[in-house]
Amino acid sequence: MTGLGRRRFLTDGALVMAFTISGRALAQEAMELPPLAGDLQKYPFLDSWIRIDADGRITVFTGKAELGQGLKTALLQVAADELSVSPAAIDLVTADTGRTPDEGVTAGSHSMQDSGMAILNAAANVRGLLTDTAAWRFACAIDDVELQDGLAYGPNGQTLGYGDLAASLSLHAVAKPDAPRRSKGRRLIGENVGRVDIPAKVSGGASYVQDMRLPGMLHARVVRGPSDGTRLKPADFEQIAKMPGIDRVVRDGRFVAILAAKEWDAVKALRHVQAAGWERPSPDLPAADMRDALQKLPARDVPIFEYPGPPAPAGATKVTARYSRPLLMHGSIGPSCAVARWDNDNLTVWTHSQGVGPLRKALADLLHLSPDKVRCIHVEGSGCYGHNGADDVAADAALAARAVPGRPVKLQWTREQEHGWEPLGSAMVVELRAALGADRRIKAWWHEVWSNAHNGRPVTAGGLLAGAEVEPPFPPQIPKPIPMPEGGGHRNANPLYALSNAAGIYHFVESAPVRVSALRSLGAHMNIFAIESFVDEVAGTAGMDPVDFRLVHLQDERARAVVEMAANRFGWARRRKGGNGRGSGFGFARYKNLGAYCAIALEITVDERTGRIAVRRAVAAVDSGEAISPDGIRNQVEGAIVQSLSWTTMEQVTLDTVHRTSFDWSAYPILRFPGVPESVEVHVIDRPGEPFLGTGEAGQGPTAAALANAVSDAIGLRLRDMPLTPARIKAALRS
Amino acid sequence: MITLTVNGTTHTLDVDPETPLLYALRNDLALNGAKFGCGLGQCGACTVLIDDRPAFSCLVPIASLVGRKIRTIEGLGTAEQPGAVPAAFEAEQAAQCGYCIAGMIMRTQALLERNNRPTEAEVRSQLAPNLCRCGTHMRILRAVRRAAVAMGGGVQESSP
Repeated sequence: MTGLGRRRFLTDGALVMAFTISGRALAQEAMELPPLAGDLQKYPFLDSWIRIDADGRITVFTGKAELGQGLKTALLQVAADELSVSPAAIDLVTADTGRTPDEGVTAGSHSMQDSGMAILNAAANVRGLLTDTAAWRFACAIDDVELQDGLAYGPNGQTLGYGDLAASLSLHAVAKPDAPRRSKGRRLIGENVGRVDIPAKVSGGASYVQDMRLPGMLHARVVRGPSDGTRLKPADFEQIAKMPGIDRVVRDGRFVAILAAKEWDAVKALRHVQAAGWERPSPDLPAADMRDALQKLPARDVPIFEYPGPPAPAGATKVTARYSRPLLMHGSIGPSCAVARWDNDNLTVWTHSQGVGPLRKALADLLHLSPDKVRCIHVEGSGCYGHNGADDVAADAALAARAVPGRPVKLQWTREQEHGWEPLGSAMVVELRAALGADRRIKAWWHEVWSNAHNGRPVTAGGLLAGAEVEPPFPPQIPKPIPMPEGGGHRNANPLYALSNAAGIYHFVESAPVRVSALRSLGAHMNIFAIESFVDEVAGTAGMDPVDFRLVHLQDERARAVVEMAANRFGWARRRKGGNGRGSGFGFARYKNLGAYCAIALEITVDERTGRIAVRRAVAAVDSGEAISPDGIRNQVEGAIVQSLSWTTMEQVTLDTVHRTSFDWSAYPILRFPGVPESVEVHVIDRPGEPFLGTGEAGQGPTAAALANAVSDAIGLRLRDMPLTPARIKAALRS
Repeated sequence: MITLTVNGTTHTLDVDPETPLLYALRNDLALNGAKFGCGLGQCGACTVLIDDRPAFSCLVPIASLVGRKIRTIEGLGTAEQPGAVPAAFEAEQAAQCGYCIAGMIMRTQALLERNNRPTEAEVRSQLAPNLCRCGTHMRILRAVRRAAVAMGGGVQESSP
């Protein structure tokens, strides 16, 4: 197509302007062209993504949601850069089933890859159409047209506004796959543009669904037992409904919600109901630590990868190890919340769900509505880090709102409900075996991973807590393994190292005695922890420096670049020799082997008396492709490091035989300020022209492994079971 | 009827005197800054200043607040004209989801009003009651350092 150049493009643009062609015909035509970038392939029409009013105001649409990672700002930068306007000239509409493309779930570090690339290429197309139309109106060559700040400039100083140009062309046109990106002028991509959502967040502006106040709105609390698998004993709901300030009690089967004009009245009534006590109708939990149960439950075996190669030589040294991770919690700081309104058999839900499209389907199923009667609008909530209570609370609010047509209902979960009912990140076990040749190269590699599902996101009513409570109840969703290359429990189980005679298998444990679903990075946190710990163990057997050992097994140039940069900036070659409670550790992965490359080095001290770890320095290098906002990337990686240190050194959901005992922050502590690193540095490798790669989950796995490797360096002992708590460290030192 | 003085303005509210301050701020006074995080005094998302000291507004009944001076993040400035502490948080881009940030800012405000030359260790220990799950801690610490300078002081390095 490149040879046809811009003239052909003009002709095609004019064709689209001049004739009305059915959408289906255009979509068919689009199917025959090379694939379009990101989700533009799913929604090829430009006006799905970008519209320009007659007054020149630009609106950009994304099906992805702001989860507190700076997505809105990054997408505005991309669109504004390509359209040569300031970000303030653009209104951005995010995930809304009534307005935006259905881009599925905002997860897996996919937003920049799917939506960012779509908007970039849609904007390049729109830029081309505006330029072509201006050239036609100015009667000049395309190359003589300049676009800047909402105006097209002709060669003799003529100007036309974008609105004027847009009025004479249709953006209901199928995108071209090879629309050239602009090559001249000031670039917003690569600039650290201040995040558009921060001013409101530091001044008490309305930023979250929790901040919504609609006229006539009622406050609601849902009634549940202390954790999944339990229920409250029957209470006298007639009496509860008569408590002062209570508007009504909404019941459907076992689903119960308390509605009140004043929120505190609903809280008091909920406490009253909870005083009746609770019971566990479900079977007892099999083990206090799910890791102990995991390898005994029936599993479906899913091959992960198989790289043929010659068998390991007879004299090869064999290394084996077993690693494990407990159940982990998302632990959003703000418990889940939603606002719903039922009008004339139409339901509107304001939700912090990661997937407004799938949620709409599940709610329609739950409420026996046609999906077109349900509109889900994303409004920010507290950070979710995966599938937390967001979808469940949306269903709770919808059921409550159905009972009070015309009145909005805000339903807020309690802290204990979020801790007790959120789907957890699965416990996991990994066993690794390797053979090391006399040449100090890996000659064989075997990876086995045991895990429950990492995706229980609702697509039917059975995926929602309320679906099991209403009468008649909906059958639960049956979890399925997420296929490779992304993978679920086996995400990142295939190392990026050049291996032969290597294979991996995923023991997918379908039966989950506790509720589990997607926690940020899914299996990658555990698989990378295990692989990168094991690489250090094998390097130790080989008598090689851990970074050198990685580099001799890494061929991917971009992988080598992040490893080398992290090592150089850390001063790896000059690091203090480990021991006497001081150590350094390294970890690397490319997220999913498809996303960002990230390498992390840590320097720690371990107090051998108390077993406490202090992280002195963290140095990271990251390659996210073309860097839209280097500071946004740094913010994500800094966050990944701190969050992963919390997971890896402190966190474990505790259970007894009947319920979760991690019911609040005292029973499930996470990292606080006195425990965060003394310093964290993140170095961004920019790759202009390369596709955007998601960054939000790149750092968790490498951090976990770097920590374990640093502990090993500091105390001379290998800890393979997370969390690496002071108690475990002390026990290891004693033995 | 309960009389509350919030950000220098006196309000008379018809609210159950046992109601925690947080609900009165958010629902009766329509102030968004203080957030519901736990209702247990464990996370600090609801932090406001009562008589210039940080407090968990989710725990304090409004009946105990008559005649006391309550300050929320809305009293520190606006998005257009932020006070020194919110301005420092914005300058450092010290937020991810931001749900904890108003509480962080209020606790920082209390700390720096009392002592604008705290040590790094004091800052970390003073902020310990407030949780952040996104891992924005390093930026929050940078914002505190920047705010301390803006308020005429500066965070001192702690001796190792």
